[in-house]
Amino acid sequence: MTVLAPGAAPALPPSPYRVVGRRLETSDTATIELEPVRSGLAPFSPGQFAMVYGFGVGDIPLSVSRIEGDRLTHTIRSVGAVSSRLASLEGGASVGVRGPFGTGWDLTAAMGRDLLIVAGGLGLAPLRPLITAALTAPERYGRVNVLIGARSPGDLLYADEAERWRAADARVLVTVDRPDDTWRGDVGVVTGLLNRAEFDPGATAAFLCGPEVMMRATARDLARRGIAADRTQVSLERTMHCGTGHCGHCQLGPLLLCRDGPVVRWDHAEPLLAVREL
Amino acid sequence: MTVGTAVSTVLDRDGLDALITLLAEDGRTVIGPTVRDQAIVLAEIGSGADLPYGWGVELEAGHYRLRSRADGAAFAHSAGPQSWKTYLHPQRERQWTADLTADGDMEVREETSPPPSYAFIGVRPCDLRAIAIQDRVLGGGPHADTRYAARRRQAFVVAVECTEPGATCFCVSMGTGPAVGPGYDLALTEVVDGRGHRFLARVGSPEGEAVLARLPHVPADEETAGTARRLVEEAAARMGRTMPEVDLRELMRETLDAERWNDVTARCLTCGNCTMACPTCFCTTVEDVTDLTGEHAERWRRWESCFDVDFTHLSSGPVRASPLSRYRQWLTHKVGTWHDQFDSTGCVGCGRCIVWCPVGIDITEEAHALDAERAAASGDGEVER
Repeated sequence: MTVLAPGAAPALPPSPYRVVGRRLETSDTATIELEPVRSGLAPFSPGQFAMVYGFGVGDIPLSVSRIEGDRLTHTIRSVGAVSSRLASLEGGASVGVRGPFGTGWDLTAAMGRDLLIVAGGLGLAPLRPLITAALTAPERYGRVNVLIGARSPGDLLYADEAERWRAADARVLVTVDRPDDTWRGDVGVVTGLLNRAEFDPGATAAFLCGPEVMMRATARDLARRGIAADRTQVSLERTMHCGTGHCGHCQLGPLLLCRDGPVVRWDHAEPLLAVREL
Repeated sequence: MTVGTAVSTVLDRDGLDALITLLAEDGRTVIGPTVRDQAIVLAEIGSGADLPYGWGVELEAGHYRLRSRADGAAFAHSAGPQSWKTYLHPQRERQWTADLTADGDMEVREETSPPPSYAFIGVRPCDLRAIAIQDRVLGGGPHADTRYAARRRQAFVVAVECTEPGATCFCVSMGTGPAVGPGYDLALTEVVDGRGHRFLARVGSPEGEAVLARLPHVPADEETAGTARRLVEEAAARMGRTMPEVDLRELMRETLDAERWNDVTARCLTCGNCTMACPTCFCTTVEDVTDLTGEHAERWRRWESCFDVDFTHLSSGPVRASPLSRYRQWLTHKVGTWHDQFDSTGCVGCGRCIVWCPVGIDITEEAHALDAERAAASGDGEVER
């Protein structure tokens, strides 16, 4: 006899998807577009992730960097065996996809507020569908600020898209750590752009994604500027093998980040990230 | 006969033997305690003769010895090196296979081999709770582990109440024993006295009732029932260990920067034995393999331990690099954040982690030390709260 939760959805094996597009973003980062071979998975929300499987090498968690109907888009930096394989796949190649997993960005909490979207490096990828969603419904939000930090000009993602965001009245500010000879823009960490963003701290929702140190610094800066901690959301990264809350790897104190994250409110995340090696 | 915890019947040794035979004849793989390699292990048993009649165990931190017993009891021993997760949540399991077709597509097949139909003989109250905890972890939540759920659904559970706690046991502190809680098909209490060797049997499910009806048994007499109750009550008073009588979840939350973590880390080998022996530790990793053609791939899942430095591997390095952070993760998760994640504690008080730690680290001693340090830091100097 047993007592298992009624209505629990099974943790299925991956669904076959096919690569239908690939674009090299930077020297080590590519964006791949996937379409289901048969039926697609349940719809993804901005901020959620999929476990994407490269045949025989394994799967990794990848946020969706664009959502269009059944088509899933992932932006992947080649750092390990699986990510290198997936980032190198050309059109026609097969992958397996599981998901959608995790919490998405809570855009309803931002209704009627100014938006402050802050990205560091690859952190722009999970924020891109959020930016798109916000700019397609401008009547719901106040001013939209997109602050982007990257290591170098060559590491900037989606440069042509940033122009479209500007055309849709978003305030897009970009800074790099290491400029090259051609760079005429800002230099330094992304928090250096905050003074030029346009927002009312008492009526702003912030969305941060990037290296943990960058999110910590930014969230603290925002708190000092008067944005309440529960109005800031961050997207956190930990090791993940299952996506379904069973493998135990993605724990951050009380949170299982594949289930309770990756998007977590800063008032919940701050005390956890303050403990070294939690 | 009524379903529930009502005292119902008495089996003798032949009756227990008949139970094992009957469950095997019904096509079940019968798993029970048996003596092997100088330990009482869980393994497939063919008859009642395989049970550890006349064997007990001597337990201490980092210490396990078999001891013969004059009374010939079969279940007067506490937890051994394994737990039932060995069968319900196996160490290594294939989850799915994938093949590349001629046109380059991937065909994925879920593992469909029928799960074994187990009968578990001698599940202790602490371990029964451990199974219930793994049900919440693996069978609950928004996604269910279907293979686990299938094995679990089919398992027939014969629980045995605890009448002989070990020196490392603390089920009373964790509220899991020595009396049996819900979740069994049949529950036995072993009684050996001047009137003979027998087992008080109670029914916990319609399946249990149907099985018991097919066995030679007699209605329970007052004396056997009374003796069984007394033996379990006496066992409750003989626990070898205790946990501090405080809110352990709160204790863990409030002692994350305690000095005691340095002390225990100086002893901990980060070997992960505690996580392997623990009946609720569920963490796994995956292995992806291909055959020589490169056209057939398999996904395997195997147990992993949070003590492994690669457990938190990210491209930037491990999140929990220091041994301190890994021991702290294990203990604070087990009795603390497990509540946040799965709405219960992860510790059942079985004492396995104490016994099978090669350096004898004692979870109860560490919890008491953290409690004492917190009390000292708060200035009242009192451990009791």
